[in-house]
Amino acid sequence: MHLVLPVVLAAVLFSIGVYGVLARRNAVLVLMSVELMLNAVNINLVAFDVWLRDSLHSGQTFALFVIALAAGEVGVGLAIVLQAFRLRATVAIDQLDDLTEPPAEPSADRPGHSEPAR
Amino acid sequence: MTGWAWLVPTLPFVAAVVGFLLPQRARRAAAVLAVSALGLATLLTVALAVVTVREPSGRRVDTATTIARFGALHVQAGIRLDGLAAVVAVAVCVVALLVQIYSVPYLHGDDSYPRYAAEVSLFSAAMLDVVFASDLIMLLVGWEVMGICSYLLIGHYRELPEAGPAAVKAFLVTRVGDIGFLLGVLVLGIGAGSFRIGVVLDRAANLPAGTLVAAGLLLLLGVAGKSAQFPLHTWLPDAMVGPTPISALIHAATMVAAGIYVIARLYPVFVVNAVPLTVLGVIAAITMLLGALAALGQDDIKRVLAWSTVSQIAYMTGGLAVGAPSAAVFHLLTHAAFKALLFLAAGCVLHATGRALMSELGGLRLSMPVTFVTMTCGLAALIGLPPFAGFFSKEAVLGGAYAAARGETPVPSWVGWLVLVTGLLTVAITAAYATRLWLRTFFGAPRAPTTPTLLSRVMLAPLVVLAVPTVLLGLATPWLPRWLGAPHVTLRPDVVTAVPAFLLSVAAVAAVVTAWRRAPERDPIPPRPILSRAFYLDELQDALVSRPYHRLSGAVLSLDSRVVDGAVEGSGSGAGWLSGRLSRLQTGNVQTYATGVLATAALLALAAVLR
Repeated sequence: MHLVLPVVLAAVLFSIGVYGVLARRNAVLVLMSVELMLNAVNINLVAFDVWLRDSLHSGQTFALFVIALAAGEVGVGLAIVLQAFRLRATVAIDQLDDLTEPPAEPSADRPGHSEPAR
Repeated sequence: MTGWAWLVPTLPFVAAVVGFLLPQRARRAAAVLAVSALGLATLLTVALAVVTVREPSGRRVDTATTIARFGALHVQAGIRLDGLAAVVAVAVCVVALLVQIYSVPYLHGDDSYPRYAAEVSLFSAAMLDVVFASDLIMLLVGWEVMGICSYLLIGHYRELPEAGPAAVKAFLVTRVGDIGFLLGVLVLGIGAGSFRIGVVLDRAANLPAGTLVAAGLLLLLGVAGKSAQFPLHTWLPDAMVGPTPISALIHAATMVAAGIYVIARLYPVFVVNAVPLTVLGVIAAITMLLGALAALGQDDIKRVLAWSTVSQIAYMTGGLAVGAPSAAVFHLLTHAAFKALLFLAAGCVLHATGRALMSELGGLRLSMPVTFVTMTCGLAALIGLPPFAGFFSKEAVLGGAYAAARGETPVPSWVGWLVLVTGLLTVAITAAYATRLWLRTFFGAPRAPTTPTLLSRVMLAPLVVLAVPTVLLGLATPWLPRWLGAPHVTLRPDVVTAVPAFLLSVAAVAAVVTAWRRAPERDPIPPRPILSRAFYLDELQDALVSRPYHRLSGAVLSLDSRVVDGAVEGSGSGAGWLSGRLSRLQTGNVQTYATGVLATAALLALAAVLR
């Protein structure tokens, strides 16, 4: 099998992942897009491992590492998303903007800085 | 005996230090302290003077203890006692003592009397320091302390709105002169290599002409400020807002005469080169006429006397300018007596009637006999009527001017003529304003209902005591030159000047009296604005100095607030504005940040590839 097919597949997957990370509003879908990007990397690792005939199979080893890492990342990420949903009753990323620089005029009640609900 | 001379300035100084520490209620203690310290100093000074003037003129006391070193120049504290110092010190001590005594009843209702008495003591100590100092720096110290005492005492009546500005004006105007005095002392001391007056005088003849002219002119600036000579004379009439005894002591008898004393003391420095003395002669001529004419236009008794002081001190500077320092010192002594007497008498009028304007006075001849008689003596001495003391001293000055006009002294003869002619003119004007003061205050009917309160004997006694030298000091004419250590000088009246001066003064008196008899209720010499405002020199000073200075300081202030502060505050507000722009990037939206990171990474990658 020619190398170009898995590389193109990986590139397409990675691009879809980038699009998802940058454009989706739902935090769960952003996490899934990160998974897509990681798996695109995995495809690259495995494909080059085969193409280079590496006797140590370091590419496949790295792919395993990435899969384990992705599992951990999803665990932590989903926990954060759940916690955010509990606090805010939303998982829309553009509404989780507590780090916004407030406007220059100090006002009495700043909408982004209200006390956490209950 | 003469070794005790250092006690003379020290006694009033100690009294001042202790007096400043007294509580403000301790009137009696303050009065006893001030009067006894000055009384002891006066006794000691009289004894010193007797011993000094008896000794042959060669022996003098000149001690010095080094108190500071600046490289090769040493500052020394010490006493220089000669005939001049002894005689002037007696005048200072006597007037200061009488003023201290007079002040006790004069300020009987004043809560801050202890402070006042301590300030007068400090002033007396400073003046005696100037008289006795053997070192120019110590002289300068006394000179400056006198200035601050004058400032404090002019502003004594703090509740008067004009007291503060008058005190500040006196301080600032004399300060302009004092800067010149300081520089003159430095030029002289560095030029001679020593600040010791004796050394400076010994080396004066060998100093380069430039040093002598510079030092002389700078010292003259200081003298013009302190002695209220043109163009720095404007502070003295305003200083009359202070208590009247202060006017008698500081602004008539002692401090304003200190400039004369200093020039007489340093006279060898001035005779070597004629330039400073020529300038002094022109200043004296202007001031003489200016002061007398301004005195003619005043309504306030004290202001008449103040302008008269300006004019009379100009006689002394005129005497110095024409090379007759003994005559100048003689006029200093008689002026100290009769002008202190006149001011104290004016204080009596003010104290008894509560009024100082001649247009509100009149007819006090019968109700205040002691004041009337003594003030008549004082005015006669001021006019220079024989046999009063003022006649002899004024004639001595005019005789000196005549000698200079004939070319017998180092100054150019035109200076002698200038001083002589203006001096004679001023004699007539002096007679006119003195007669006007006399008639308007003591004769005719009272112009306002006044019942003079009875004055205590403590207030009248100093008048009587001062009337004695006012009348009799002329008798000292034959001996005074020897006392002053210049035995070859004669101070006897010269017929050539005495007769015209006498005729002029009698004519002026007669003219004023005739005008007054024709209409006793009217002012014999109606005040003209140009005279009462003293030729608008105050306004000129305001326009030429004060207002440009105010404008300059306004410009400097706005430069400071707009440019200097603007740069400092601008950098702060600029950084704030810039961070406000930058903070808009902090949207809080993680995806925006991620887009930025990605775009940057892409750009860096592109740059790495294309390189």
